[in-house]
Amino acid sequence: MSAPQQFKYITKKRRVREDRRFVTGKGRFAADFKFPGMLHIAMVASPFACAKINSIDSSPALELPGVHYVLTGVELAANINPLLSGLDLPDVKRLPLANGRARYAGEWVAAVVADTRHIAEDAAELVAIDYEMLDFVIDPEEALQDTAPVVHPENGSNIFFDKTWTWGDVEGDFAKAEHTLALQAKWSRSSTVPIETFAVTASWDEGREMLDIWASIQMPKYPEQIARALQIPVTSVNVHFDVDVGGSYGLKRGIRQTVIVAYLTKKLQRPVRFIEDRLENMAGGEMHGPDRVFDMEVAYDEQGIMESLKITATDDCGCYPGRAPLQLGKPVSAIVGPYRIKSARYHARSVSTNKTSQEAVRGFGQAPTNFAIETVVDRIASTLNISREEVRRRNLIRSEEFPWRIPSGSEYDSGDYHAVLDKLMRAADWDKLIEKRNSFRNDGKLAGLGLSTCLEPSGGNSSFEPLFNPKNDTTTWMESCLIKVDMLGGICAMMGTSSSGQGHETLLAVSIAEVLERDPDSIRAIHSESVGALPSNSPVGSRMAIMLGGAAAGAAKKIKNQVIAIAAHNFQLPEDRLVYEGGDVYVKGDTERCLRWEQLVDIAHRQYHNMPIGSEPGLQAQHTWEVPTGGAMPKEDGTVQMYPCYAFEAHIPLITIDPGTGQVQIHDYYIGHDCGTVINPDIVRGMTFGGIAHGIGAALYEKFQYDESGQLQAGTFMDYLLPSAHEIPAVEMIKHHTPSPLTEFGQKGSGESGYLGAPAAIASAVNDALAPLGKSIATLPMRVRDLEELLNS
Amino acid sequence: MSKNSVHITVNGTAYKREIEPRLTLVDFLRDELDLTGTHVGCEHGVCGACSVIMDGRPVRSCLIYAVMADGHDFVTVEGLGSKDGSLSPIQDAFWENHAMQCGYCTPGMLIACHHLLEENPDPTEEEIREAIGGNLCRCTGYQQIVEAVKIAAQKIHGVNL
Amino acid sequence: MKAASFDYIRAKSIDEVCSALNQGDGEAQIIAGGQTLIPLMAMRMSRPQTLVDINDIEELRGIEVAEKVAMIKAGTRQADVLSSIEIRNNLPILSEALGHVGHTQTRNRGTIGGSLVAADPSSEICLIAQLLDATMIAKSTAGTRSIPANQFFDSAMVTSLKDGECLMEIDFPIWNQKRTGFGFHETSIRDSDYALAAASAQIAIGGNNKCERVHLAVGGATPSPLRLNEVETALIGSVLDDSVIDDAVSLIPNLLEPQSDVHASAEYRRRVTCVLAARAIRDARDRAQGKFS
Repeated sequence: MSAPQQFKYITKKRRVREDRRFVTGKGRFAADFKFPGMLHIAMVASPFACAKINSIDSSPALELPGVHYVLTGVELAANINPLLSGLDLPDVKRLPLANGRARYAGEWVAAVVADTRHIAEDAAELVAIDYEMLDFVIDPEEALQDTAPVVHPENGSNIFFDKTWTWGDVEGDFAKAEHTLALQAKWSRSSTVPIETFAVTASWDEGREMLDIWASIQMPKYPEQIARALQIPVTSVNVHFDVDVGGSYGLKRGIRQTVIVAYLTKKLQRPVRFIEDRLENMAGGEMHGPDRVFDMEVAYDEQGIMESLKITATDDCGCYPGRAPLQLGKPVSAIVGPYRIKSARYHARSVSTNKTSQEAVRGFGQAPTNFAIETVVDRIASTLNISREEVRRRNLIRSEEFPWRIPSGSEYDSGDYHAVLDKLMRAADWDKLIEKRNSFRNDGKLAGLGLSTCLEPSGGNSSFEPLFNPKNDTTTWMESCLIKVDMLGGICAMMGTSSSGQGHETLLAVSIAEVLERDPDSIRAIHSESVGALPSNSPVGSRMAIMLGGAAAGAAKKIKNQVIAIAAHNFQLPEDRLVYEGGDVYVKGDTERCLRWEQLVDIAHRQYHNMPIGSEPGLQAQHTWEVPTGGAMPKEDGTVQMYPCYAFEAHIPLITIDPGTGQVQIHDYYIGHDCGTVINPDIVRGMTFGGIAHGIGAALYEKFQYDESGQLQAGTFMDYLLPSAHEIPAVEMIKHHTPSPLTEFGQKGSGESGYLGAPAAIASAVNDALAPLGKSIATLPMRVRDLEELLNS
Repeated sequence: MSKNSVHITVNGTAYKREIEPRLTLVDFLRDELDLTGTHVGCEHGVCGACSVIMDGRPVRSCLIYAVMADGHDFVTVEGLGSKDGSLSPIQDAFWENHAMQCGYCTPGMLIACHHLLEENPDPTEEEIREAIGGNLCRCTGYQQIVEAVKIAAQKIHGVNL
Repeated sequence: MKAASFDYIRAKSIDEVCSALNQGDGEAQIIAGGQTLIPLMAMRMSRPQTLVDINDIEELRGIEVAEKVAMIKAGTRQADVLSSIEIRNNLPILSEALGHVGHTQTRNRGTIGGSLVAADPSSEICLIAQLLDATMIAKSTAGTRSIPANQFFDSAMVTSLKDGECLMEIDFPIWNQKRTGFGFHETSIRDSDYALAAASAQIAIGGNNKCERVHLAVGGATPSPLRLNEVETALIGSVLDDSVIDDAVSLIPNLLEPQSDVHASAEYRRRVTCVLAARAIRDARDRAQGKFS
């Protein structure tokens, strides 16, 4: 590992430049764009968990003044290509509107287009649909039975994916082990649920043959997917990536919504907008997250050292596969967590049921897996009567062992887990917390202290794609930046993706400023329109600090080299005699002989006679790079390198449970966090606190509950409960920085931080509180009713 | 159905429009007055993204029909700063402390916090959390918002924290 | 989530309200704060043909506290009642309960009368009205009548108000016993959510430390708030030590027919109601004895 770098702008507190427009109400979100003649959509949703659609009579709706069109699934299916699936399931067609059969309650069956959203909703009530109810299946265990109704009869079964990998001598390690234990852990269906629903406006310009799109989008290869579905060239799709996205955390994929709107604007030759209302969003927006049962087995010795791990993860994918089943794939990148486990078996099953589909959710399946692994670690501790922190210390990979290769093939880049844990325990004053817990107990309360130590695989080397789908040979996960220096010396950097709160403009400005030694506030960063954008894989997998920051630094270095070359030519000196400082270039030892930034830029733009022979006029550079460690297909034994960088976090919450009501209160919360070099401390803090809050939601409050008739019971904000400022405690963050050797500044990802360890930590605390009663719980969320019922059982 | 006439004052400017009674105040602000700073989150009164100040008190603009707002006075996020474009103390504190990420709940949060500081110049952590308890944020975990309110209080009132 | 169309009348007087309701043929509805009604209309679970807005009517707003009764006009904002010093001094249990109603922003619009008419099972205001035997005064073109709380709440979201009646005022009795205390406890999932179960008690203690007067009501668990006379009978005349309270609340499970929903089972509500009732009684006792910290 290299010595820590010294930075001028990076790591320093700096206001996030995007924030100024947000505090003045001048953000530009998808619903803020209006166009003359714009039409509005409301969806007609199936009321049944599964039903054949015999006929749709749109005429009563069309008679209502102001109604322009009713689009049915039949018409749409006949005119578009089905949407891409992450898995090799050619017989499962995913379409934006149900075609012939509705497969979950809330699935969109028709889209009504009208002058206003109000009229569209009036008309949606008038669309007469003849449904024939069919058998359905809600429970994933039941869906696996031979007798279960099949969600997609064309697929033959409800299994979307079922595969087992064995890495290392699992059976041997289990046979030799002094102890084994097995447990089941459940993670219920929840999601990131941004405050902004999905919104999209599309406008087809017949003259330019261009489909302009303004959408609240976070989706890799979004223009390509829209073009493919609509059977038009990608060069005819222009996505305005400068739309501010009101929260996403992985979720805002919106391909179905966009295809509907895009089809209609072409058909009707008017701009068309669809803003999901909260009911459409929750039931039909296909934005639910992992819904998973883990069957865990571990082999360990008398000291609590884990030798081998077997995981069976059964995921209720809901109705359509999309990318969701791949959320079983990312955990392969950290299948043994931060622990020195020699061998592992992973049985991953994705099951379809008559529920709305999953979409990518913060961490892409890692948070549930971390929760299951941590549950195992705590159980070992309690079984052997060793403290939870000691069991972790004995199993955590040691700092001198990096890079560390785990059984499934990924190499962890760097870390100092013991240092983070030690720092955290000191800062939190673990012994004092135990005293505090015990004094709660003495007052008759149930009190518990939690601990989790978890990884955040970051950087988005998404090689679970070829691992889960042999027909998919994608190994390219790139990011780009284009920098233009204008004639007056201004710097403009472009990215080819939208942002949903990650502060990418600030990231670009600071990364470039660091290399070019220019004031970050003088550097403008913009989101290109997609037709002019360089390749991007969008902000997924905690990758942008690494990948966009790296692309920006790479492009900036090229600019710097060009500037030095121009100076060398003008001084008629070799480059190694020159010094670059703050954009100016002077002769080593003679600062008087200096060409200032403005002069060098002027030469580049106006004085071709002073430019090195054969050089390009102007001053611009682009850098597109592949994710570090990326570019390899999985090997035959199922090993593969995923995610380049591994951030680490350790959590300690102190909670009490009201024994009479089951209510949980969080009194203290500490997190130790290491994401390498921190580019902007406020951004990393914010993401971590937000991730913890989201994790507390998943652990205690949030669940998309379905009833026996297949109806979603949590379709509003009165039933799906996002934690408020009352439920989320003040959090103390203890920082540690182990740079990554793989990235420009030593940074790792932090976009999913907090969320990856908080649910496990809260579960650990609740179980610590229950331990004196001899009770335990391993199902999330642990709602008041669940805890009270457990206490009274 | 009939249209009704609405005269309201928003951020010091008087407006008059003829509208359908079923138009909520938030839709009215956004669609009729082009004041898109106020956001729609849930449309059923839970998330607080649409918060505005009505006659000096914060309210949810998705839970008022615009016709009911006839004759009343409103402040939205666009009206928090000065006319010359400078930020109010709470806006500046939000920016300084990065009390947001995506910015979607921010206008509602600012309205809630702005009003809190008018009523209570030196709020405790608990009072701040109570004031924003009806405003959901999915990005921040609320911490940098709470901190920003303390920073703003200090700026406004010179309170030593 | 847009409401179905409706006509809108902004009434300037009670008479105008009553005549508009009368002409509305059951399809006209009063809107005050709108904090319950507008979400229902947004989801089209409620679709009145005409809304009669009573917010401009001054005589529907105000608080008047007399020796034995606090008279609150139906259109008074919850926030104004919550911030009223007179109410806090004379009806502290109402102030306490109002702190649990929604958020600052909804309390700034929501009215006392609106909550009572909406009759949500988990409404704290309904619970206190039931607890204290409040009297609802309603007016229609046929005249004015008084409805005692125990005849007001029919079932979930249904009251005994007739079509054409406008709730004018709620009279909350004030207890004048010197040693009076109240207790209020509720369980909700998040701090400001609807109560899964709630319990409230008001107790007056006599000179011999015996319970001289007690009211106990529970809410959230049943379709309407419920006075628990049987439990009151078990408490009255006793020194309220914890064992007396525990014995009394053990009667509760048989008195309740709670509902199940996505947030809590009937069994949960039954058990937790007992827990909360015991806490409310203890708090009321302690406050009456001046021991409450």
